[in-house]
Amino acid sequence: MTQATQTVDVMRPPFPAEPGAGVYSNKLGMWVFLASDVMFFTALIGSYIVLRFGVTEPWAKPGAVLNVPLTAVNTFLLICSSVSMVKAYAAIADGKKYFLRAVPGKLLRDGGLKFWLLVTMICGAAFVGVQLVEYIKLVGHGFTPSGFREGSLLAEHAAADPVKYGAAAAGMYGSTFFTMTGFHGFHVTCGVISMTYLYFTKVLPEKYSPQDYRGIEVIGLYWHFVDLVWIILFTIVYLI
Amino acid sequence: MTTVAHAPTKAHHEPMSFWRKYIFSTDHKIIGIQFLFVSLFFLLVGGLLAMQIRWQLGFPGKPMPGGGLLPETMIVNGVILPEYYVQLVSMHGTFMVFFAIMPLLVGVYANFLIPLKIGAHDMAFPRINMASFWLAFLAGLIMFASFFVPNGPIRSGWTNYAPLAARPDLSGVTVGQMLWCVSIVVLGLSSVLGSLNYITTVINHRAPGMTWFRMPLSVWALFITAILGVLALPVLQGAAIMLLFDNVLGTHFFDPVAGGQALLWQHLFWFFGHPEVYILILPAMGMVSDIIANGSRKPIFGYHSMVFAIIGIAFLGWLVWGHHMFMSGMNPTLGSTFMVSTLLIAVPSAIKVFNWLGTMWRGNLRFHVPMLNAVGFVSMFTIGGLSGIFMAATPVDIPLHDTQFIVAHIHYVLFGGSLFALFAAMTYWYPKMFGRVMNEPLGKVHFWLTFIFYNMTFFPMHIIGMGGQMRRIYDPTIYDFLKPQQPLNVFISLSAFALFAVQILFAINFLWSLKFGKNAPQNPWDDNGLEWSLPNPAPHGNWERTPNVYRGPYEFSSPEAGSADFLPQNLKLPTDRDPVPATLRAGH
Repeated sequence: MTQATQTVDVMRPPFPAEPGAGVYSNKLGMWVFLASDVMFFTALIGSYIVLRFGVTEPWAKPGAVLNVPLTAVNTFLLICSSVSMVKAYAAIADGKKYFLRAVPGKLLRDGGLKFWLLVTMICGAAFVGVQLVEYIKLVGHGFTPSGFREGSLLAEHAAADPVKYGAAAAGMYGSTFFTMTGFHGFHVTCGVISMTYLYFTKVLPEKYSPQDYRGIEVIGLYWHFVDLVWIILFTIVYLI
Repeated sequence: MTTVAHAPTKAHHEPMSFWRKYIFSTDHKIIGIQFLFVSLFFLLVGGLLAMQIRWQLGFPGKPMPGGGLLPETMIVNGVILPEYYVQLVSMHGTFMVFFAIMPLLVGVYANFLIPLKIGAHDMAFPRINMASFWLAFLAGLIMFASFFVPNGPIRSGWTNYAPLAARPDLSGVTVGQMLWCVSIVVLGLSSVLGSLNYITTVINHRAPGMTWFRMPLSVWALFITAILGVLALPVLQGAAIMLLFDNVLGTHFFDPVAGGQALLWQHLFWFFGHPEVYILILPAMGMVSDIIANGSRKPIFGYHSMVFAIIGIAFLGWLVWGHHMFMSGMNPTLGSTFMVSTLLIAVPSAIKVFNWLGTMWRGNLRFHVPMLNAVGFVSMFTIGGLSGIFMAATPVDIPLHDTQFIVAHIHYVLFGGSLFALFAAMTYWYPKMFGRVMNEPLGKVHFWLTFIFYNMTFFPMHIIGMGGQMRRIYDPTIYDFLKPQQPLNVFISLSAFALFAVQILFAINFLWSLKFGKNAPQNPWDDNGLEWSLPNPAPHGNWERTPNVYRGPYEFSSPEAGSADFLPQNLKLPTDRDPVPATLRAGH
């Protein structure tokens, strides 16, 4: 990693350099886009806070409706994908374009850009997959964007223990849960699609080099942002 | 180490097919012109809707000429139905704000002017720029399509207040409401993509010597506007998505019956909405500053204070959204906070007005058409700004809220402000876009008639508003206390028809000059901007070599200039040293 830091500092243009802020345009553009995305999630999360504290009836207890252990595993998966993204970034900064390479005297083999980006994509796709499974299960139990479906399992539970299941606020619970996690999932999906595109057009043909790996850095920024948003969402939606 | 600054651009070769050049173009100038034609079309649509509103308010219950063309769901025996009337009001606002004024100012002029004025060869991301246009076009089509679906477009005003907009069973509109939300989400994406492009271009693509404080005020204003756009539009997108889900998925964000909050919609909408107001006026202010300095043949008065006033207005714009909601049932203590922050905005706005007057003061005034329209902007914006101060004060706002006074105010800043600035800008940069000059006498006739009929239309609205006429009522004659004002309503309507008719002059001038206008000299307005160092119209890729910039854009009547009274930014005098070519600093 120390090696990587040294190489990163000398990423110098064979790519078309721009005068100006000293940040190349793709990266600056991504930062600006992330700023706008922050505002988008602020609108959703802000509405959640206002609605949650606006309802007078009790909100569902953590874990009563949602599957917290499964989502905790999923969160771990997404954090792992952030780590592998950093590994991909460090690999190409060191010029490691390969998939895996044997290291003399060591049992494990050394991963290159092709390996670590693939790991990131798989973790991201798995996250979306688990989330879809969770959605299907929740809807099956009767948890929908408009609240607990009448006659469903959850509606029966809620009738038996309205405080634990937040029966009176279920409409708000469903509205905010599906909207926030849904749009986060949409962001993850977009990230996976973009990475897949980069993987086949740039990474496999070995278009990146230690002198120019802008695509990896830019998609990495986006990926870490999406990860960060999830950590906030997991905390405020699932844990408290 | 390479620098693009002095390398010839790669854009100057191979002829492109018509489709590549004019339809799916990545050239910022063509994209600007595409935005121009599309948003002028929507301006016309918005205008036609306004004429129908005025017919109903002036002559309620009388058959409207041409009304037979519209289907029975809108007009019966020529008489506008109440449902159609609210749709007219809602869609007039939607089209004018989102699809006419905003793309005209930002889509057209940020695209067209920023690279030309800072000496860039194109935008930072030309393909994202193209995507931005086509998304905006798609959004416009979706919005327009809502006229043709069952039950028609939205009926809840352009602000779509909940719970009316969130409950199809209350509004009676299903598909139209969904189309509105989808269209706004697509438009927001288009705006964000456009704005991040403008920001990156201004930061990274300025020519050597084009320092921050040598940028024209139009570029400053468009840059700050882009920052507002990038931060404000996503909030509207989020709100529109929640409203869409309320209508489609059965969520209850804005439905108080199920625990949602109707007031939340207003907070979200105006948290976007007030920065949006400055998106609609700041570019106009910037372009007017350029034109007034040119027309006065003097450096702009207080350049730095103009820049900081733009920044100040943009910053304060985030703290004032509650002044739209004094009557919403919001906590009155919050109301006084919003009152104070709103009144504060008068300070940077007044700085700008005084600086425009200071620029004109003892200038060698040239009243060409852009200058006339720019001065029209200053005077009308001042009236609109002053009526804004009335409404910012909570005690005054309580009787004025949701009356025609508000309608007068918004039209004084959006028509009298933004649209006059747009007439100025369209005439001023027409030669740069099409290589021809618009007809000067016709332009002056258009300005004076517009100015007169505009004031005849909108000034009396202040009076009937104070008389108590509510903003969106269908028929003022059914209220006894409004009956004495009806002659004034007729007067406004007749003036509005004349105002609309006068715009035909502009349309004729615009279209006729495309083909038959005088060929433009290279620098028709004797201006200093970098764009005038190019031929008209400018070629794809703009400059063969990036120009060097030696001074700010407002060096008019400079003693250094010799016999000319202007000194272009890229003209090298013997005393000037070349700017050090900017190189990329190490790494990041």
